[in-house]
Amino acid sequence: MSQVTMTVNGKEMSGDAEGRTLLSQFLRDTLDLTGTHVGCDTSQCGACVVHVDGVAVKACTMLAMEAEGASVDTIEGQAAPDGTLNALQQAFQDHHGLQCGFCTPGMIMSAADLLKNNPQPTEAEVRHHLEGNICRCTGYHNIVKAILAASGQDVSSIAAE
Amino acid sequence: MYNFDFEKPSTIADAVSALGSEDAQALGGGQTLLPTMKQRLASPSKLVSLNGIAEMQGICTGDDGALCIGGATTHAAVAAGAGVYPGLAGLAAGIGDPAVRARGTIGGSLANNDPSACYPAGALASGATFVTNAREIAADDYFQGMFTTALDEGEILTEVRFPVPEASNYQKFEQPASRFALVGVFVAKYADGVRVAVTGASEEGVFRWTEAETALSGNFSADAIADMAPGADGMISDLHGTAAYRAHLVGVLTRRAVTAAG
Repeated sequence: MSQVTMTVNGKEMSGDAEGRTLLSQFLRDTLDLTGTHVGCDTSQCGACVVHVDGVAVKACTMLAMEAEGASVDTIEGQAAPDGTLNALQQAFQDHHGLQCGFCTPGMIMSAADLLKNNPQPTEAEVRHHLEGNICRCTGYHNIVKAILAASGQDVSSIAAE
Repeated sequence: MYNFDFEKPSTIADAVSALGSEDAQALGGGQTLLPTMKQRLASPSKLVSLNGIAEMQGICTGDDGALCIGGATTHAAVAAGAGVYPGLAGLAAGIGDPAVRARGTIGGSLANNDPSACYPAGALASGATFVTNAREIAADDYFQGMFTTALDEGEILTEVRFPVPEASNYQKFEQPASRFALVGVFVAKYADGVRVAVTGASEEGVFRWTEAETALSGNFSADAIADMAPGADGMISDLHGTAAYRAHLVGVLTRRAVTAAG
């Protein structure tokens, strides 16, 4: 065991980790930040996507010790302190971009990564960017619609297929 | 996965030293190694992360015009920063998904030499030079079959140098679940000839399709290799595709790559 320290959602946090402790385990089990979900644990599904130093990664396929000293952003840090949802989260609610909600933290974090680098993506770019995020409920259409809406684009003509 | 010691040195010399202990294993981005360890198909006693070594990061142009990429450079960084070599930047941009590209490294991919990985095709078609802590290895000597390379135990791939071709393109027929190449073909046209490297198809791992190289060196057009395909002997056959199907795809993808390279 050794001590790992990282800045999570703006706050410095520490905890013990083994060599094999994954970042996803560290966030969920050590820091009690269970919003980061683990779906497949094989880096296919993307439910565990968080940002490490501003870049989206799969937390189930990164060692906690690799994040020593890093700045980590998770789904818990997305809403305002008073609970007001950010634009992406609100758009997911408004456009029914979730059903069971299991994939949603990863979807939001991947989408935030996209919009940071490409503020007005096309529908094709959104779909391409979500290649590593799997949703078994929605069929993706409303997720894509929500992300386009959050980017400020008019989605009134996009049918909920 | 079984537990292990973890070290993250900041210099190549310290990494070489850390890799000297028994059953130590170098860790790139971990996008292949960590899933492998979760399955308990690998159980190193120590992982030595190469991600804290500044001199193994980044992209530059050498005195001879070659594109030099540090072994710990991520796929995302190559996709964004290898603009002088569009074929290679395009290859990097198509690996896995965005989050995987943010962690996975060129050195990790080439040291692992997965028979369906993309980078081996790009490196072999480019006649790249593999720079390690000990020596330089030519691409034609580096790849030695599925998951096998010329690297010695504990040897670190610190940099890969790519001669920049006049025209290039990579075509991948994606296996949609894994996003690896069911078949991938990289075509690179140099002043002294065309090189064609194929990944995903052969049981021997990445290989050069020399018959197509000869035809394309005389006439760089899809017509020069119309109806041509390698033999199905020695091609991978699994539930995703038969050997004959893969051999057919090699021809199709090579023609597409030549057309796209222009």
